Amino acid sequence: MSSSAIDMATPDAIARYEPVIGLEVHVQLATATKIFCGCPTSFGASPNTNVCPVCLGLPGALPVLSREAVELAIKGGLALNCHIRSQSRFARKNYFYPDLPKGYQISQYDEPVAEHGFVDILVDGVEKRIGVTRVHMEDDAGKSIHDGFKDSDRYSYVDLNRCGTPLIEIVSDPDMRSSAEAYAYLTEVKQVLQFVEVSTCDMEKGHLRCDANVSVRLKGAEKFGTKAEVKNLNSFRFLKQALDYEIVRQVALLEGGGRVVQETRLYDPDLGETFTMRSKEDAHDYRYFPEPDLVPLRVGEKWLAEVRASMPELPACKRKRFIEEYGLRAYDAEVLTAARPASEYYETVAKVSGDPKIAANWVMGDLMALLKAEGKEIAASPVRPENLGELVKLIVKDEISGKLAKEIFPKMFSSGDSAGVVMEREGLKQISDTDALDRIIAEVIANNPKQVEQYRGGKTTVINFLVGQAMRATRGQANVTLVTGLLKRKLGTGEIC
Amino acid sequence: MTIDSVRAALLSRQASATELATDALKFAEAENPRTNAYLHFSPERALAAAKRVDEQLARGEEPGPLAGVPIAVKDVIVTKGLRTTCGSRLLAHYIPPYDATAVVRLEQAGGVLIGKTNCDEFAMGSSNENSAFGPVLNPVDPTRVPGGTSGGSAAAVAQGTAVVALGSDTGGSIRQPASFCGVVGVCPTYGRVSRYGLTAHASSLDHIGPLARTVRDAATLLGVIAGHDPCDSTSAAAPVPDYPALLDGQVKGLKLGLPREYLKDLTSETGDLISQGVEVFQRLGCEVREISMPATGYAIACYYIISTAEASSNLARFDGVRYTARSASSETLADLYRNTRGEGFGAECKRRIMLGTYVLSHGYYDAYYVKAQKVRSLIARDFANAFQEVDAIVAPVSPFPAFKLGEKVDDPIAMYLSDIYTITGSLAGIPCMSVPCGTTAAGLPVGMQILTRHFDETTMFRLADAFERTRS
Repeated sequence: MSSSAIDMATPDAIARYEPVIGLEVHVQLATATKIFCGCPTSFGASPNTNVCPVCLGLPGALPVLSREAVELAIKGGLALNCHIRSQSRFARKNYFYPDLPKGYQISQYDEPVAEHGFVDILVDGVEKRIGVTRVHMEDDAGKSIHDGFKDSDRYSYVDLNRCGTPLIEIVSDPDMRSSAEAYAYLTEVKQVLQFVEVSTCDMEKGHLRCDANVSVRLKGAEKFGTKAEVKNLNSFRFLKQALDYEIVRQVALLEGGGRVVQETRLYDPDLGETFTMRSKEDAHDYRYFPEPDLVPLRVGEKWLAEVRASMPELPACKRKRFIEEYGLRAYDAEVLTAARPASEYYETVAKVSGDPKIAANWVMGDLMALLKAEGKEIAASPVRPENLGELVKLIVKDEISGKLAKEIFPKMFSSGDSAGVVMEREGLKQISDTDALDRIIAEVIANNPKQVEQYRGGKTTVINFLVGQAMRATRGQANVTLVTGLLKRKLGTGEIC
Repeated sequence: MTIDSVRAALLSRQASATELATDALKFAEAENPRTNAYLHFSPERALAAAKRVDEQLARGEEPGPLAGVPIAVKDVIVTKGLRTTCGSRLLAHYIPPYDATAVVRLEQAGGVLIGKTNCDEFAMGSSNENSAFGPVLNPVDPTRVPGGTSGGSAAAVAQGTAVVALGSDTGGSIRQPASFCGVVGVCPTYGRVSRYGLTAHASSLDHIGPLARTVRDAATLLGVIAGHDPCDSTSAAAPVPDYPALLDGQVKGLKLGLPREYLKDLTSETGDLISQGVEVFQRLGCEVREISMPATGYAIACYYIISTAEASSNLARFDGVRYTARSASSETLADLYRNTRGEGFGAECKRRIMLGTYVLSHGYYDAYYVKAQKVRSLIARDFANAFQEVDAIVAPVSPFPAFKLGEKVDDPIAMYLSDIYTITGSLAGIPCMSVPCGTTAAGLPVGMQILTRHFDETTMFRLADAFERTRS
């Protein structure tokens, strides 16, 4: 579309329209082996090495459904609040492509493993529920490689390692009304699937792929507009950019008196534009029919209960519980439940320390800062959650000052040692010995006659300065409460040294 | 020879397995020009298997139930390191990297695989004239077809170049050639024998089964290859009886059904032979009654919708990209597909791919495929109802004996109609077999079909065996 045509979509015009967006998200299940054979799913092996007669689609080979893949699909369905069907069925989706060795994909069509779910999202402080139409299982295709070989101008190469990798496709209802909502939905889907360990959702490795169905309609209109399917949205940023572009493109078309054509479009991240991939007329007729090589998948009550029992607490529940049980602020609960490792780390710190709020501050503050600086994941934190819990406990029990703790913590981080070991080694110990403190306080009083005078003159806030001096003199190791008490007593009694 | 006579020869040290295999190979190669039953032989593999049997015998071990038995395997069943063409130009040079489960089991039982047999391309046809490597000639009368699609296996057994053979049956492809060549052919219950390694024609209808000269041999071979296989999700966990041990000739009191819908269109000679066969059962003490199978008239249409739908999908993998012979010159990907498949597939495969693609197409699926599945359940219900009343059904295998080469090859509808009596059992997934029941005045064999309940191959074998005993 020319830029002048795009100009038809003025901000006013765009404001008169409402986008309608639905997402189809493909997620690679975190199984060790493929969905219909025993080949490994590992990433990065030499081309065509993780293959066997089944995933190569050799004559006579037959698929056998992996129980592990089904369990992960069920977990995914449960995590997205879906109903798990007691019977689902596989179907063949027929089309020709060089990286599709059977000439069909084994997918699910009219009887998916899970359906009727939802995902709650929060955009600009407003909560919204997005419907999940269905979750179905399927096998992935291989990869066609069109460049990188010396004869790539004449040949394409096919790597079938990925063939038969288990996927679930999550189809949303057309419930999203902005690119921000779509972004929030995809974020939530990713987080929840990572949380229940259904998938690593690593977009760079293609473990999470997303297509969008987009249409626009005049605000207030009941009928949906004609939709376009946008493919190749392989990052969160591309998703948002492509949707924003597509919305503008469709509004401009309609404003210019044209109409939107039903078609499949591809997003070009370099140009920031979508372009026609194939029109409706060229759309594949996939000739779906039930896969005769597999029996219907039956998920009985007992199996479903077992899978359900193996599920971790979902982020939404955990968030609610953190607020109620630990008295966390909503924002803190959100941050601490975004990923399972962080939530589990935090809970250990909270339990060991006995003070969930201070624990939250330490996890979100000092710990996260150091992790970020070192580019480390929380699961790889050199400070074990038990050790951070112990440190926080020392603060809570007033055995060390917060200041001293802040000095100890980086040393724990760099060494991986517990607070006790670090303190022992560094000679960092809280001084609670009254005799030792008496001497230090005497020095402070002697060295700061002006402030002492002010205090005695009634300006009692000066005590903080004097406490600070005492702490500095002890490199933060003095027991603050004790120092403050001793100072007050000495100054109050008028005793002069 | 039979399995028992091979065993006797080995155990009495009249011959070694190696000698038997060498003789069998020599004989089969010499005889092959008469019938074109074999596409290729496997001397190395046969002699290696025979050597294992000889070593077992030398160590005094009990050899397997198929010890030293020369066996032919239909060329749609894959064999590791041994060319498997499916009767197609597309796979003329294809060498599979793995063995079908049935092949693994028969070799574990001491069987000696001597060669791969000719068949209609991808097991589609009723006369064996659809092989890319020339038709098989009927050993009884070389101007006639041996039946299809396991015509090579039937001819090999009839000629005596193999003691037993494996075939595959989708709509009658074991039973009809067995009938035409005068041998025993068995299509077991769907799920009884693993399909792993059987190149798919129509997955919900495909079976591997035995062809043999005697019912006992067929029963022995089925016993070896039957049973659950973790590589085939549709294979059944049902226990496998010791079939040959149950063949005692006693069938008195069994109730047999004769479906009136199966008796209308027979040539008079076939009809007469079937009637005489039924009288034999009555003399053996069976109770025969006429039954009705009202859905029979829809079977052909139903079968050719379901089987072509599945075939159109199953044959998609032969696309020229990987192991399939690739058309020499193609400018684009679409050309590569079109040229490879256009040049590679024979007329019958193309016809079925088009039919199957059509019935699965958007807008036609419900009218054809879904409807056909409903009819399939009606046909299965006919059998279920019949088996409330009777223990087995007796029927013709084919409306006529072996026809002339070229007689029906240009009339696909006539060819399809000849499958009428065999496809009902295939659609219902029940065990069914052909047992020889005489010859016409011209000396052409006619087979009688016996069908029983799901997984009741035992009753089927007992009836066929008792019948066979009255004839020898």
